[in-house]
Amino acid sequence: MIQSNNIIKTIGEKMILRGMNLEIASGETVAIIGPNGAGKSTWLKITAGLLKPTEGSLLIDEEPLKKDKYELQQIIGYLGHQSFLYEHFSPVENLRFFAKLYHVKKPDKRIDDLIEEVGLTFFKYEPVRSFSRGMIQRLAIARAILHDPKILLLDEPHTGLDQQAVDILNKVILRLKKKGVTVVLVTHDFPQVIKTCDRVIILKNGRVKDDIPLEGQDVNWLYTHYERQAIHS
Amino acid sequence: MKNLLLPALVIAGKDLYSEWKTRQIVTTMLIFSSLIIVTFSFAFDPSNQSVRVLIPGMIWIITIFAAILGLNRSFTTEQSNDHIHAFVVAPIDASSVFLGKFIANFIFVLIVQIIAIPLLFLLFDFRVLTIESIFYLVGIIFLGTFGFVSVGTFLAALSSNSKSSEMLLPILLLPLATPVVIAAVQATRIVLIDLEKLSSAMSWMQLMIAYDLIFFVAGLLLFEYVLEV
Ligand SMILES: Nc1ncnc2c1ncn2[C@@H]1O[C@H](COP(=O)(O)OP(=O)(O)O)[C@@H](O)[C@H]1O
Ligand SMILES: [Mg+2]
Repeated sequence: MIQSNNIIKTIGEKMILRGMNLEIASGETVAIIGPNGAGKSTWLKITAGLLKPTEGSLLIDEEPLKKDKYELQQIIGYLGHQSFLYEHFSPVENLRFFAKLYHVKKPDKRIDDLIEEVGLTFFKYEPVRSFSRGMIQRLAIARAILHDPKILLLDEPHTGLDQQAVDILNKVILRLKKKGVTVVLVTHDFPQVIKTCDRVIILKNGRVKDDIPLEGQDVNWLYTHYERQAIHS
Repeated sequence: MKNLLLPALVIAGKDLYSEWKTRQIVTTMLIFSSLIIVTFSFAFDPSNQSVRVLIPGMIWIITIFAAILGLNRSFTTEQSNDHIHAFVVAPIDASSVFLGKFIANFIFVLIVQIIAIPLLFLLFDFRVLTIESIFYLVGIIFLGTFGFVSVGTFLAALSSNSKSSEMLLPILLLPLATPVVIAAVQATRIVLIDLEKLSSAMSWMQLMIAYDLIFFVAGLLLFEYVLEV
């Protein structure tokens, strides 16, 4: 589904990705962890089509992701550090706008359902300006999955969420996983990794440092393993 | 079509709806235009018919400043939450962002013109309008505004990445928009003041048509490089 072939990314003088090789199969739920500045967000942006690799290639469904590959852009849902939401619009108005951009069929029903799923029904018509960080993040999640993407790319989606919202997000991820959606989750939140993911990738200095299945492992194992791989070596 | 015109209308619709809710841009433009009209009507005696030579210039001063006020905000409002990135990852053509923004900016300026220009004629007691001159005037205003907003939308996007975008936009506009402004003022003057020279107004209009086509198409084609991150 996602194939990253020896991707190198330099911005200015700085080499951020130094040969990212990674293959993610359809339907997998993969966590990408690593120290700050490892290049996780940069790689995710390349995968979303927001940045171009300096060298190497990124293939989605065996096809390179170019600007006018509308069919590919249509199947990707991306949530970065910014919500992409308009502050003076309500959740409904925001989602309606994105539903039109993504040609969503029967948008009103879909929007209602999603707003309910992320628990914002009560604030449906309030301007986003008045929302807390966590509420904005919930709406941003709804925005990212609005068009039923086959690939969902999430960059630290758990930050700023309260316990209830973390549970909602995990439920969303697990529901999509059951539907066969490929999920890539960049995060620092190890308990959520254990709860939702099949596989974990440790990124360090712009390279894949480790790539392990998570089946049957627990949080403590992940902490010790991460410490050994990312910090002490 | 599905990835160019439709998203352009969606983006333009979003901007118009947003303006309908907040009424910030058009209101500022209108206040500014009224200020210009009032200032001039006190500076010169409106009942003196020789003052009417000022009117073509005033029409375009209003248009230029109103347009710049709108253009400055057109893309900076898309930056607070990286909306431009949302456009890049969405299944839409980069040109549709240009087209959508162009349509919205054009409509904003048009609204201001529809209110301000009749007001101008009224305050300056400008009564020599004939059906013919109104017809040409509308055409000239359309062409001039089209050209100015085309260049302006492109440059606004370009300068919005800079921290001092509000200063950068007029600086970039000055050399690039001068031809269309000169043509528009000249054509307007002929149509309003000496309609006998209509043929030379026609040449100015042809110049505007060529200018509009070049800059509109260039904006559409080059916009993907502006959006590049
Ligand atoms: N636009 C940019 N210009 C210059 N350096 C950048 C840019 N974006 C990211 N970087 C640098 O690249 C490195 C990796 O960034 P990022 O991918 O955001 O890391 P992570 O998400 O893993 O914390 C950081 O050192 C950051 O400073
Ligand atoms: Mg990051």
